Amino acid sequence: MIGYALRRFLTAIPTLFVIVTLTFFMMRAAPGGPFDGARSLPPDIEKNVEAAYNLDKPVLVQYGIYLGNLLHGDLGPSFRTKDFTVAQLIGIGLPVSIRLGLSAMTLALLLGVSLGIWAALRQNSWVDHGVMAVAMIGVTIPTFITAPILTLIFGVYGLHLFGQDISLPVGGWNGGALRNMILPVTVLALFQIAVIARIVRGGMIEVLRSNYIRTARAKGLTEARIVIGHALRPALLPLVSYLGPAIAQILTGSLIVEEIFGLPGIGRYFVQAALNRDYTLMMGVVICYATLIIVLNFIADMVYGLLDPRVRLN
Amino acid sequence: MIAIGNPGNAQAITRAATVKGRSLWVDARRRLFRNRAAMASIILLALIALMAVFAPLLSQYAYDQIDYDVVTCAPTWWPQEGVCNAGGTHWLGTDAVGRDLFVRILYGARVSLAVGLVATLVSLLIGVLYGATAGYLGGRIDNLMMRIVDILYSLPFIFFVIILMVLFNRSFFLLFVAIGAVEWLTMARIVRGQTLSIKHKEFVEAARAGGVGGWGIILRHIIPNVVGPVVVYVTLTVPSVILTESFLSFLGMGIQEPLTSWGVLISDGANQMETAPWLLVFPALFMAVTLFCFNFIGDGLRDAFDPKDR
Repeated sequence: MIGYALRRFLTAIPTLFVIVTLTFFMMRAAPGGPFDGARSLPPDIEKNVEAAYNLDKPVLVQYGIYLGNLLHGDLGPSFRTKDFTVAQLIGIGLPVSIRLGLSAMTLALLLGVSLGIWAALRQNSWVDHGVMAVAMIGVTIPTFITAPILTLIFGVYGLHLFGQDISLPVGGWNGGALRNMILPVTVLALFQIAVIARIVRGGMIEVLRSNYIRTARAKGLTEARIVIGHALRPALLPLVSYLGPAIAQILTGSLIVEEIFGLPGIGRYFVQAALNRDYTLMMGVVICYATLIIVLNFIADMVYGLLDPRVRLN
Repeated sequence: MIAIGNPGNAQAITRAATVKGRSLWVDARRRLFRNRAAMASIILLALIALMAVFAPLLSQYAYDQIDYDVVTCAPTWWPQEGVCNAGGTHWLGTDAVGRDLFVRILYGARVSLAVGLVATLVSLLIGVLYGATAGYLGGRIDNLMMRIVDILYSLPFIFFVIILMVLFNRSFFLLFVAIGAVEWLTMARIVRGQTLSIKHKEFVEAARAGGVGGWGIILRHIIPNVVGPVVVYVTLTVPSVILTESFLSFLGMGIQEPLTSWGVLISDGANQMETAPWLLVFPALFMAVTLFCFNFIGDGLRDAFDPKDR
């Protein structure tokens, strides 16, 4: 187990290195620079600016400088947002993104697992068909359709209950108020709820057919104890191996969700940086995302090994 | 067993010869034809594709024809009060500069379907060749090639596609290549697995004994035999490519004006949904239906090729 963890950790380093290298050279190969605005600078000032950002040095030297700084946790200054370093910007955006992602993941796990179990216990009933039909919709329809449609229904047309207007805000962060979180988190979680419900249903149906469940039934245990005490843990195993990809999808989904709802997370920074050619900020966000994905995947794999002693991790 | 020399059996033999054997393909087709959801999806999808191809003939308006007399107008039958009426010939209303939404959705379908098909072909080509080569060669080369795939898998690829699109000025061609280059990884894995199981079969050995070279065996004997799972995966790749393209266009990094795609239309619609919800609803509807169709066809094909998986 520890050996496996170490080996996984060691393969993560070259992966990160590949990502840093790829992004760096893609940026430098690009036509046009971060300072070709509408107004061109006088040549002398342009030289000074380039020197300040090390853009006048050979590319390989720039690469070396960047790697060296990166090892110290220095992602450089933002090319576009003046007076801010990339690390500062990420420091502002990351808590928002993490809060959004964690809430969505929690919601998806809670709802997805319960729906999946419910459907499995009532296999081939209308409950099962209903849940699976909704899951089909959730898997097929992308975030950038559900987000505006749900906003249209719950934000624009609004919700009126007992004469009270409880419409949800169509955007904005508002310091992370619950009302502002509901729509983005739901949209982000929808796809995951659908996938998780499918996985859990499949796992549960298979487990409920196994011999030791029949033994438990024969012993006369209550249905609740059979499901929670005996069937749940093995039925959830396939879910754990899905968590890695799920995390990656939530991170990509947050690009869209943060953009649509105007939330100040790093996904939004990435989109803005991409549109403004803010090289350093783009690289910083990509590296941040990549690290998150790799670390969380690593944790998911470790959890899988802990939960299922049958898995040989090598 | 048919005993030789018995004259009555000669008839049995000729009868057996006239009963045609059912190949894997015929079998799969029969099962697919019996799947009602899949058949309905195929027809619906064909309809959308035909409408996209013949878009210029279906409406009197051009996709980039601006008309400031009917800015942001709802279709005649739209139930909402107090919105401007586009008149009978704009079936789905008009956008913020008076362009006909119906025609624009069909032109969006052209772009989305074209990107879907071409990028899938790119991924098919790379994935099948790569996977078949790795699986056929085996050993250390296979190990190395699949390790590369593993590393690429763990990269947050959508970010690289975005960077590529931004840096190289959103060329249409690059969009195909970039998305195709992302999608080939799973294809390569599937084909490699299939190849590993096929390469020890007798007919491959026979080919080798007959003096066919490595490439000949891969191209003539291995690739034709991995078609089943590949076809299934292709039907699942097309919608995922369409999604990726729309995702990029939605963020403003894909197709550019006056050309359009479903992602662009949905993004525009989302920006005006408070005043003109039809601009959001119709493109979203077209896209959702198309995605559903591909999903049902994919499921149907999987059941058809691999009935034990039901």
